[in-house]
Amino acid sequence: MSTAPDTQKAPASRVRGPGLRWDTAVGVLLVAVLVVGLAGTEGFGSRENLAFAFNDIAEVALIALPMTLLVVAGQVDLSVASMLGLGSALTGALWEAGWAFETIVPVVLLVGVAGGLLNGWLVTRVGLPSLAVTIGTLALYRGLASVALGSDAVTDFPQAYADWAVDTTTVPGTFLTYPVLLFVVLAAVTAVVLHATGLGRSLFAIGSQEEAAYFSGVRVKRIKLLLFVVTGLFSAFAGVVFTLRYGSARADNGLGFEMLVIASVLLGGVDFDGGKGTLFGAVAGVLLIGVLKNLLTLNDVAGEVQVIVTGLLLVASVLTPRVVAGVVERRHRRAARTP
Amino acid sequence: MMLRNAVGRRAVATAATAVCLALSLTACSGTTKDSAGESGAKATGSAKADPDAPLKKGLKLAFLPKQINNPYEKILDEAGIAAAKEYGGTGKEVGPSDANASSQVSYINTLIQQRQDAILIAANDPNAVCGPLKQAMKKDIKVVAYDSDTAKDCRQLFINQAGSEQIGRSLVQHLAEQIGHKGKIAILSATQNATNQNTWIEYMKEELKLPAYKDMELVKVAYGDDADQKSFQQTQGLLQAYPDLKGIISPTTVGIAAAARYLGDSSYKGKVVLNGLGTPNQMRAYVKNGTVEQFSLWNPEELGYLASYAAAALASGQITGAEGETFTAGELGEYTVGKDGEVILGEPTVFDAKNIDRFDF
Amino acid sequence: MTATVGTPPDTDAVRAPERSASSLVDAVFRAREISIAGALVLLVLGTWLANPRFLSDQGIKDLLLNASILVLLAVGQSAVVVTRNIDLSVGSVVGLSAFACGKFVAGTDHGVLTVMLLGVAIGVVCGLVSGALVSFGKVPALVVTLGMLYIIQGVDYWWARGEQISAADVPGAVLGLGSGSVLGVPYLPLIAVALLAATAYYLRSYRSGRELYAIGSSPEAARLAGIPIRRRVLAAYAFSGAVAGFAGALWLARFGTVVADNAHGWELTVVSAVVVGGVAITGGTGTVWGAALGALLLTTIGSALVVLKVDAFWQGAITGALLLLAISVDRVVNLRVTAALRKRSARHVHGA
Repeated sequence: MSTAPDTQKAPASRVRGPGLRWDTAVGVLLVAVLVVGLAGTEGFGSRENLAFAFNDIAEVALIALPMTLLVVAGQVDLSVASMLGLGSALTGALWEAGWAFETIVPVVLLVGVAGGLLNGWLVTRVGLPSLAVTIGTLALYRGLASVALGSDAVTDFPQAYADWAVDTTTVPGTFLTYPVLLFVVLAAVTAVVLHATGLGRSLFAIGSQEEAAYFSGVRVKRIKLLLFVVTGLFSAFAGVVFTLRYGSARADNGLGFEMLVIASVLLGGVDFDGGKGTLFGAVAGVLLIGVLKNLLTLNDVAGEVQVIVTGLLLVASVLTPRVVAGVVERRHRRAARTP
Repeated sequence: MMLRNAVGRRAVATAATAVCLALSLTACSGTTKDSAGESGAKATGSAKADPDAPLKKGLKLAFLPKQINNPYEKILDEAGIAAAKEYGGTGKEVGPSDANASSQVSYINTLIQQRQDAILIAANDPNAVCGPLKQAMKKDIKVVAYDSDTAKDCRQLFINQAGSEQIGRSLVQHLAEQIGHKGKIAILSATQNATNQNTWIEYMKEELKLPAYKDMELVKVAYGDDADQKSFQQTQGLLQAYPDLKGIISPTTVGIAAAARYLGDSSYKGKVVLNGLGTPNQMRAYVKNGTVEQFSLWNPEELGYLASYAAAALASGQITGAEGETFTAGELGEYTVGKDGEVILGEPTVFDAKNIDRFDF
Repeated sequence: MTATVGTPPDTDAVRAPERSASSLVDAVFRAREISIAGALVLLVLGTWLANPRFLSDQGIKDLLLNASILVLLAVGQSAVVVTRNIDLSVGSVVGLSAFACGKFVAGTDHGVLTVMLLGVAIGVVCGLVSGALVSFGKVPALVVTLGMLYIIQGVDYWWARGEQISAADVPGAVLGLGSGSVLGVPYLPLIAVALLAATAYYLRSYRSGRELYAIGSSPEAARLAGIPIRRRVLAAYAFSGAVAGFAGALWLARFGTVVADNAHGWELTVVSAVVVGGVAITGGTGTVWGAALGALLLTTIGSALVVLKVDAFWQGAITGALLLLAISVDRVVNLRVTAALRKRSARHVHGA
């Protein structure tokens, strides 16, 4: 959206067809879906619908930012949705206990940092694969959420804060809600970090050849730890946003979001094996899933079919670039053989 | 070396900034639960009811169940859609494939965009759906909750299957008679957050406080998440943890069927009494083989039918949702809106070996 | 940081000296399984002391029955995980297979064998699709199988549309498989153990079985050694799919009532069981015995917590903490062993 990705810096870009970059393709697809929606579906282009459609994916989008960095560095965090739930449950429990909302938020964020530290510590110090670690913390954090709040649902959060999060309040004159605005700003920052700083270059280096990165002086462990911490922080914050947006704090909030976040990031062409991808692609992926869902629902396409569409898109997102690359390579080889 | 340090320092700086950002929020004056004013004005009640207005033709109704692949909800919605055909309207069922609190919200938004005349919702979370439902009401879309209520100011009517108090208390009364008012009992519920379940369980606990039940003890509320296999295992666990358990109440159709199946195959058959809410088709086999003596339920088809007519009456201006208004629900006859916009279907039917074959749902 | 200079910052070091001292490594892995078994025994004994009913006839029967399906799935998943891949679609495959089998037998008198074959066939098809994408499409396993998870689930839900097959419609012979027993032992655990033993024997004693480990250990080396990687990986997925499909048919037999979302969300439970059982997610190590024990341990914890009257809210947290503990201990032990092996091989070099 607001980012101008600079992908030249991404090393080891194996897929190099003429104009065949997958993240661009996802961006084009997103625009196409928007155009089709605006032209053919009543109600899609209304300000309130657009405000809703984008606000509806605010939490997923927020978590997708640090997740992109993690995946680029060859890691993954499956515990994000559980941390969102824990953030939500804690917000509710503390609010119920009479804490000031302004104190609750930093405490929840600190818990997010702590959760990220645990993930990062187990990955970098104990040396465990991130997939295994975060499957464990997925269960752990969700469990702690339900310990914190039990079967209760806490409501009645302060109106001023709730208004900040819901889709009926927008930045005057636009369809941007405040969570979405925050996302745009953070996305711009993340894009700069990933594509225009030494830290970003280190992430690509870690993701494509961890050992080489280590021996060329990249502080692999520290950077990985930092990534997990930021992811925990963002996830806990997403929990606060979620709680305010729905006006309901519950332990099961955001159940299953981890798959959605990862699906969005991967759909945007970020390579799960690490070392490749652009933030633009990931953002386009998130928005595509959100907008497509909105459009399909408006057209009364059944939820089950939407699930199938998500799956197909995901498979296509990893398969297409490979197939294209294969075709291109074969053509090159043939061209080389017949001079 | 320089690069390393630079990266490291930047990393630390970023983390520090994030924490500072967070902490700076504390600088504001504190908003706590007590200082936050009560909000939420009543959205209903401005329009006038015209009891003689005919039902409008061509009304568009949308049913939003807890989740679309729940067999019980499907019975409700199909009956409601069939009812809509009777009075010349159209109905459709849309909804999420999981019973998460939040997943219903995006459907409400699209229904608003589609300008439906009425939204009928079985809420997964009474509050999470509130904001969008209020928006719908602002746009003159009628909102009817059925099966599981939303917060009171977020809908015009709630079609209750039976009085919540009555369901809770009568289940305890039935079970108490079966076990002679004596012994330990447990409850097998759905999810920990299910509104209707929790309301019933509250009333069960109230009832158990009465002196007549002084020899009965509720030892545990277990949650089977309305998943067949989980309910099955929870039943096993209950019986092992409390070997002298005398009875189980499962106020959910998924739970009671799973519990009955476990009891039927186990050595506990005949020793532990199972009661609760179930559908005759699911329970027929267990009533016949003696695992379950009796259970109860309202007729889900009638519930869907009533909800459909109530929504039509609202949308046609016959009623506004105020207490004391009356409307006619097709074959079911006349209903009166009670306190807080609640319409009660009637008393639940108690099924046992004698009458079960007369029902097919 | 300084302490680890000289060793690469991540895992691979563990596997390097495998062949040099395979007997010791073998012993360690057996120790790994013994430690899970030990934990299991402690758990069962502790719970039994607190509540003797836990090990009554009925109690034991319940424990075994509960674990059977997860054990099966863990065995199938292990075959994929040792090749450094993963199959997240198993939960959806079980759901689809259970519903399809239910739909197929409802109101008919089809025999047990037909139903089981149908389940396996559905699973094989799903597994082959995932496997072909992973092995021939060369796309990351996690992404593809996540996609397949959605696709299969969507097809299943779309087909079922809230329909429910109730136990009354399922032929008695099929239900008999789920509830019946021979000499007091229910069929389901027997089936699980039989499949487990067969798979363990195959992976250990057949060339193609051992090649799966080689692929996971080092794909590059496996390729150079002339192992047909694609075919082996495809076969592993087909196997995992077949087992999941089979498990779906058994699900029908065991529970009788099936809806579309049976086993929804089980994929992570299965992967957890496999990982707890010592099959490394990075491929190349671990046995199906371990995975099966992991599955047994996880289901037993679930049952034990209920019996011990631990608040249901704690269950998730305890499961997660245990998983983390298991893999951390495993890792630390592995590091120690590697160090010991290195010392030993160094001595050998000096001695020669």
